[in-house]
Amino acid sequence: MSASSALDTFAQLLASNATRFKDRPAYREKEFGIWQSWTWAEVAKEVHAMACGLVELGLVPGDHVAIIGSNRPHLYWSMAAIQCAGAVPVPVYQDSVAEEMAYVLDHCSARFIMAEDQEQVDKVLEIGDRLQGLDRIIYLDPRGLRKYDHGKLISLSDMQELGRKAGNTAEVEARSNALTADSPCVMLYTSGTTGRPKGVVLSNRNIIETARATCEFDHLKTDDSILAYLPMAWVGDFIFSVGQAYVSGFCVACPESADTMQHDLREIGPTYFFAPPRFFEGLLTNVMIRMEDAGRFKKWLFDHFMNHAKRIGPALLDGKSVSGMDKLKYRLGNFLVYGPLKNTLGLSKVRVGYTAGEAIGPEIFDFYRALGINLKQLYGQTEASVFITQQPDGEVRADTVGVPSPGVELRIDDTGEVFYRSPGVFVEYFKNPESTASTKDAEGWVATGDAGFIEPDTGHLRIIDRAKDVGKMANGAMFAPKYVENKLKFYPNILEAVVFGSGRDMCTAFINIDLTAVGNWAERNNIAYASYQELAGHPKVYDMIRAHVEEVNASVAQDEMLSGCQIHRFLILHKQLDGDDGELTRTMKVRRRIIEEKYADLLGALYDGSPSVFTETEVTYEDGRKGKISATLTVGDAATVDASAQVAAQ
Amino acid sequence: MKDGYTTPDGRVIGDVVMEMKNITLKFGGVTAIKDISFDIREGEIRAIIGPNGAGKSSMLNVINGFYHPQEGEVWFRGEKRGPMKPHQIARLGIARTFQNIALFSGMSTLDNIMTGRFTKMTSGLLAQAIWKGKAEREEVENREVVEKIIDFLEIQSIRKTPVGRLPYGLQKRVELGRALAAEPKLLLLDEPMAGMNVEEKEDMSRFILDVNDEFGTTIALIEHDMGVVMDISDRVVVMDYGAKIGDGTPDEVRKDQAVIDAYLGVSHD
Repeated sequence: MSASSALDTFAQLLASNATRFKDRPAYREKEFGIWQSWTWAEVAKEVHAMACGLVELGLVPGDHVAIIGSNRPHLYWSMAAIQCAGAVPVPVYQDSVAEEMAYVLDHCSARFIMAEDQEQVDKVLEIGDRLQGLDRIIYLDPRGLRKYDHGKLISLSDMQELGRKAGNTAEVEARSNALTADSPCVMLYTSGTTGRPKGVVLSNRNIIETARATCEFDHLKTDDSILAYLPMAWVGDFIFSVGQAYVSGFCVACPESADTMQHDLREIGPTYFFAPPRFFEGLLTNVMIRMEDAGRFKKWLFDHFMNHAKRIGPALLDGKSVSGMDKLKYRLGNFLVYGPLKNTLGLSKVRVGYTAGEAIGPEIFDFYRALGINLKQLYGQTEASVFITQQPDGEVRADTVGVPSPGVELRIDDTGEVFYRSPGVFVEYFKNPESTASTKDAEGWVATGDAGFIEPDTGHLRIIDRAKDVGKMANGAMFAPKYVENKLKFYPNILEAVVFGSGRDMCTAFINIDLTAVGNWAERNNIAYASYQELAGHPKVYDMIRAHVEEVNASVAQDEMLSGCQIHRFLILHKQLDGDDGELTRTMKVRRRIIEEKYADLLGALYDGSPSVFTETEVTYEDGRKGKISATLTVGDAATVDASAQVAAQ
Repeated sequence: MKDGYTTPDGRVIGDVVMEMKNITLKFGGVTAIKDISFDIREGEIRAIIGPNGAGKSSMLNVINGFYHPQEGEVWFRGEKRGPMKPHQIARLGIARTFQNIALFSGMSTLDNIMTGRFTKMTSGLLAQAIWKGKAEREEVENREVVEKIIDFLEIQSIRKTPVGRLPYGLQKRVELGRALAAEPKLLLLDEPMAGMNVEEKEDMSRFILDVNDEFGTTIALIEHDMGVVMDISDRVVVMDYGAKIGDGTPDEVRKDQAVIDAYLGVSHD
């Protein structure tokens, strides 16, 4: 498009990819049961038609366009089209209820909105009168929308048709050419564990330089492929499915629906894969449940070869020397167990796998490494265009998050908080200069809000906890809730845990059971239950969870600094913590303060010694309506280990 | 007969597709249906409601041609319809679902819906066995239609799952899929929401409205759940003890004193 050969913007990258990678697949999507592909050249044409259509509909440079929907190629293309038309795409979490969406759409004053389907259009229309500047809603899937008032609505394909006929190619080119490395590329709202979401503005330079450096770090090439299944509003998806895909030209596959992801993963067999620890935990839980149900011989075969793999697999991956016999046995195991298992999981081709967002249990992490899957950890945040640290091949461990990514500088301040500076550092928080100033200093250093330290020998960063969550107990002992919660969550039966104790004389916990794992356990032990609530309150489930809590106490007691964090009392929640109820962020992180307020009655019972407590909780259904559930919960006591008895003694 | 009408939400309802004239159906000495007349128009959602034992299912079976009334006439698209076999009815473009799910529980969702394409398969046994020419072409075409239905009903994730393993609400959806696979002009639904929870009912209502909207299918349904019926139908026939006691739009029926007394309970105003 432009005369310059620089690749500073996504418009330039796309034009270059259309000639450089031409007929190589850029996007795939399963539709009507068959994988459809679009080449880079085709994508460039589609994007161009969309951009012309947007301009024709009256989009002006600098506008914000919200994108609400699941991972669909057309929505990814619309992001590029919005940029080409001089505007800024703002992907929004599609599972947000209308209320949450209203804040973001109003804050970014979106004039145009790209909505995937009727469900999203309905949400936008519901809050429409509060959105002053809203001009157009463009929808992808026309189903059910025929009878709607089409004053503001237009289908994406109609818009493209409009663009093809408009003859405003010169205008679109002029707008794309006016973009520079410093133009805003995308605005992403942080999930916000505290307070209102903030709009993080990232420039073309932020995204493209970060993508370039990290593609090189992991040798990502045009013949790699990924499955785009994480929310488009999350910075990671933008970096992987747009940033790195445009820079290296690899193929992005979109699943048929959210429910078929696992199946699609197996069919696509991506070489580059990211998933949060939750995903890997869930997968492992499923494998273990199915092995419990398998025949004796199969079970023996699995156990035998998995033991071997745990010893040899990680060493092989790290390129360390292994004896010939062990290698041979690993190969046999690969033929009999590891290979078929990886194939079933859809991970056989994974060359580079990452997990991040939370700590991952060492056993879970080692399980995948043992199978020969190159799973690594990275540490990042939206403000950094994801990458702060990552683990290089050959230096992978469960307890660190790796060395600084290319171009990133790290600093730990006196309080232990981690700071970084990099080409990926965000431009600003939209319409929020105070927060920008308090997060990023004049020299470009950004506070992560996490406490951590750098290992002197290896240079790897280790994260302890959110800096603001680390507190002191009444007796002055250190309190690090995440540390204990992670230990609890490593048990397959425990899905989520929230530990309390800051400023108190003992630690207590709320626990969410994992319905898949505990349900299967109940089935095998002939425990009948009719609902989640009934299972969660079952005395035998309490016994099992108590055993887990006591094991964790024993393990926590070994750490002198944190031995005060042993859990004295706990209760199993009668409902799953849920994003729709505001208890989790949209990226599934616990919102501590909200849970503390909402369940103040339960928390009270944990500390006043009562054996059980009656509670009524408001729940929000997916369509935003509210209902109430009530339950009487038992409070469980757990034994603690001596070390804490000394610390916690009154 | 008056011409078609326009619904409050702006859909244009066309001519009469099916007309029941003075139908009486007896089983031995029991009269299940007493002298009932009503019509079903092109593009509308027509409900038949009534308390238990009112004769709703019998009525649906008469429409479907499964029962042959002793008295009265059934007119379909301007022609009087004589006694017919179920497969002949199917070829006329009438498909149905059942009150008690009637799927092949050992077969996958995909295969079950594929059976709904039965009337569109014309290649012979030999051609199907050697899988060449017409048989292969037909299979591809039929599969395409079925995949569109799977997409429409959002059941991609259970495409290959045996339906016996599916929860009740999903089985109902698969059954609707199979009926849709016949690309019916007239779709008969026998208690599509029976035994469902609120969320499943809402989903099913959505799908029924979408079928009507997207494919222009005329729908006749029997339902117990008054709320659902009043929300989604254009016109309602009310039956009690085999007789018709009301007929009209949901609002008209709601105000009809005979209907209130017989079915909705006595008003407290």
